Amino acid sequence: MTVVETGAETDDGTSVGPRIGENAPRPDGVPKVTGDFAFSSDLHHDRMLWGATLRSPHAAARIGGIDTSPALAMNGVHAVLTHADVPGSPTYGLEHRDQPVLAGDVVRYEGEPVAVVAADHPDTARRALAAIHVDWQPTEPLVDPALAETADPIHPDGNVIRRIHLRHGDQAAAQRDDLVSVEGTYEVGMQDQAFLGPESGMAVPDEDGGVDLYVATQWLHVDRDQVAACLDLPHEKVRLTLAGVGGAFGAREDLSLHVHLCLLALRTGRPVKMSYGREESFHGHVHRHPARMWYRHHATTDGDLVRVEAHLLLDGGAYASSSGAVIANATCFAAGPYMVPSVEIEGVVVRTDNPPCGAMRGFGAVQTCFAHEAQMDRLAAALDMDPVALRLRNALEPGDRLATGQVITGTLPVAEVIRACADHPSAAVGSDEPMARPGGAGRTADAEHVVRGEAVAVGFKNLMFSEGFDDSSAARCVLHHGVATITCACAEVGQGFVTLARQIAGEVLGVNEIVLAPVETTSIGSAGSTSASRQTWMSGGAVQLACETVRRELLAGLATTHGLPIDDLVLVDGRVRSLSGDLDLSLAELTAEPVEADVVHRHAPTSTLDADGQGDAHVSFAVSAHRAIVDVDPDLGLVKVVELTTSQDVGRVLHPLQALGQLEGGAAQGVGLAVMEEVQVANGRIRNASFTDYLIPTALDMPPLEVAALIEQPEPGAPFGAKGIGEPPSISSTAAVAAAVRDATGLDLPRVPVRPSDICLVANPESGEAA
Amino acid sequence: MTNESGFSLSVNGRSRSVVDALPGESLLFVLRERLGLAGSKNACEEGECGSCTVRLDDETVCSCLVLAEAAAGRQVMTIEGLGSEGDLSDVQQAFLDAGAVQCGFCTPGLLMAIDALLENDPDPDDLTVREAISGNLCRCTGYGRILDAVDRAAEARQAEATP
Repeated sequence: MTVVETGAETDDGTSVGPRIGENAPRPDGVPKVTGDFAFSSDLHHDRMLWGATLRSPHAAARIGGIDTSPALAMNGVHAVLTHADVPGSPTYGLEHRDQPVLAGDVVRYEGEPVAVVAADHPDTARRALAAIHVDWQPTEPLVDPALAETADPIHPDGNVIRRIHLRHGDQAAAQRDDLVSVEGTYEVGMQDQAFLGPESGMAVPDEDGGVDLYVATQWLHVDRDQVAACLDLPHEKVRLTLAGVGGAFGAREDLSLHVHLCLLALRTGRPVKMSYGREESFHGHVHRHPARMWYRHHATTDGDLVRVEAHLLLDGGAYASSSGAVIANATCFAAGPYMVPSVEIEGVVVRTDNPPCGAMRGFGAVQTCFAHEAQMDRLAAALDMDPVALRLRNALEPGDRLATGQVITGTLPVAEVIRACADHPSAAVGSDEPMARPGGAGRTADAEHVVRGEAVAVGFKNLMFSEGFDDSSAARCVLHHGVATITCACAEVGQGFVTLARQIAGEVLGVNEIVLAPVETTSIGSAGSTSASRQTWMSGGAVQLACETVRRELLAGLATTHGLPIDDLVLVDGRVRSLSGDLDLSLAELTAEPVEADVVHRHAPTSTLDADGQGDAHVSFAVSAHRAIVDVDPDLGLVKVVELTTSQDVGRVLHPLQALGQLEGGAAQGVGLAVMEEVQVANGRIRNASFTDYLIPTALDMPPLEVAALIEQPEPGAPFGAKGIGEPPSISSTAAVAAAVRDATGLDLPRVPVRPSDICLVANPESGEAA
Repeated sequence: MTNESGFSLSVNGRSRSVVDALPGESLLFVLRERLGLAGSKNACEEGECGSCTVRLDDETVCSCLVLAEAAAGRQVMTIEGLGSEGDLSDVQQAFLDAGAVQCGFCTPGLLMAIDALLENDPDPDDLTVREAISGNLCRCTGYGRILDAVDRAAEARQAEATP
């Protein structure tokens, strides 16, 4: 058997295809660097019209009436549609169908869609929006989530979207007088996913009365189901194709312009394109839930956690989106990756007239990680104990029980990631460069006053959907003339599934030519969502299963024909060989007739949470740690993150460069939430819906990321042992940066993002009122 | 309302006539929607994200902030002029080798900014690179692989320049 090294060539000079563990090239890499890759906003059709959306300028209002006739009378305007033009379900939603396609008699958040137009030019469409007359009757918006439970319902479904009361262990465990207790209240601001490619797509009407929708999304099939219900069309008449996705991070799980585009295309009989501007994008998708979290930790004087109590309040905004699953995650993981014998957590997510919130990378675990890690530091201080030692002492291990009562049966190297991160030597040195100081290019920091801080944080979450969700991914493998064609509806959003799918097929089938079929709804079943760190496991697993099925079928036939045990046959570089060397056949010739397999891959079933929040609700978990080193200018409240170090539980690395990219990119979003990113909402209205005012980290803001260790403990049940790696980097990074700023300044800083005023007005009380 | 007489733009060395454009159309809009050059991206259309970066003569600009007609008489270079499949520029190749491409939406703008940086400063230090690309937002990568790509491209360009 020929052993082929990575990147080497075989005897006959053909290059080796993609394999697991290698830095295989992205199949979409070349078109993405040449500008040829078609993102959803790049779609063009010669007959297309431009769609635009009229949105509510009020956070809460009644609509007395809508007069579209002035807009419809304009030259170049082809359609103006309102709620009255929605033929099917007037509402949609991921968990609850509670969000109107177009608002009818009431709006519940600023930016809620009210009407849509199609016109021959985007400027015409915008002018048409301005010509629509809406009889707005503004009402007092409900904007304080703390008042939502007692306020009059703003929606027929009520103001409490979900409440979970988790009780674990002896509820009287802390009723002793020999425990050390620490208490704190923490807040997390509203973060935006801020993907760069705006919401966009094109709908093309079909002669059969159906519609083709080309759109950037995270989950084609669930979009298809919701769109079809709103259009009152059978599923087969609503065909979705994935258009190029410019990032997602959770913000493309919900529908945005999908139904609007289809309505306009079906009404006008012409292709319609829509592309949100940045300001509209801030109103056009859900955000990360703002959170208020009260915590009390109790520990023995030796530092053993005894009990954690918490109350979590998440602001879901106007509509439910995935809030129910987010609060479940927040609650389940509220105590952190620690062994806590007694837990009581009440998690509530409420409805307000604030912008709707839903999925974002980390999905509820980001907010609670910030809080539980602040608590662990506070506890360490109260115990006069090293904060890393306190974490190691209480670190969860396989075999331990979570706060949900679930026993960890897979891998979870909590202590390993903490230790690797904390022990890693730092490369951070002080710099004399003014550009490297807090404040950066402004050169405003006085170098003499800059103080440095350092801290470690750790966080974890579930991989894949939880609470009994019947999660699956479908894949097809066709091996024909030695070429493997893979069909799977997994949405590539930038993460690199297209690379992994080819690596998996190459690894299993030993082929070098692998084609990925277009991603759409008619050719294959659902792949589930590109979220919850689930696609490597679910769709990667589906591709693996499909390829293995093909491989088995092919080899079983050959084994019979040649009288060899099937285990003696190997597929390598487009050939079938026997271990003895007697057999050496061309796969291309063997597959002159195609061999194919259709599979649906499921993970092990999970259960729901009972009335006490107990149950085996999750499939698997992943943990990460970050160490942050920061420089702070206390006079101006400016923070420079100097260095980040991370260690992560990855199961197995399938593609080293892509893995690194996930760790770096996720950490950047964590840094953003720690020190700069917040959707500022005042009386229900977004004040900073632009990249001028909503700041995401630039290359000057991001420190180098040191990877102390990727902990490779293969996860049972996962393809090749690989865990999803997308979310953990965004979980512990925010907590670590905030803690490092605390370490530098000695301030409590119970809220992220840490604003300059949180530092300088508190650090220098004489200079102004404390924030 | 439309500019019926039209105007011409020199894009990637070719003269392109633009007819029927509304007077307020940006260079970005004309490139994308009238000339079929969709490589320059539209992430903010207010000059903050750099996704629409093109070269106007020797200047790198956000094409969303340039009135299309104002670019007449100047040489416009877009990502489509940087290199094509089979003939990638050093920076494009470095992006692929370094793993700097994820969703790819920021990629064309970054490539244009980095190409211009290396033309002016073939051996930039880390802070210079970070400052030079700080007008180009990327949400996927955290910039680590992009910075590595700049190092790789700089090395390739210097190796080529050294006889």
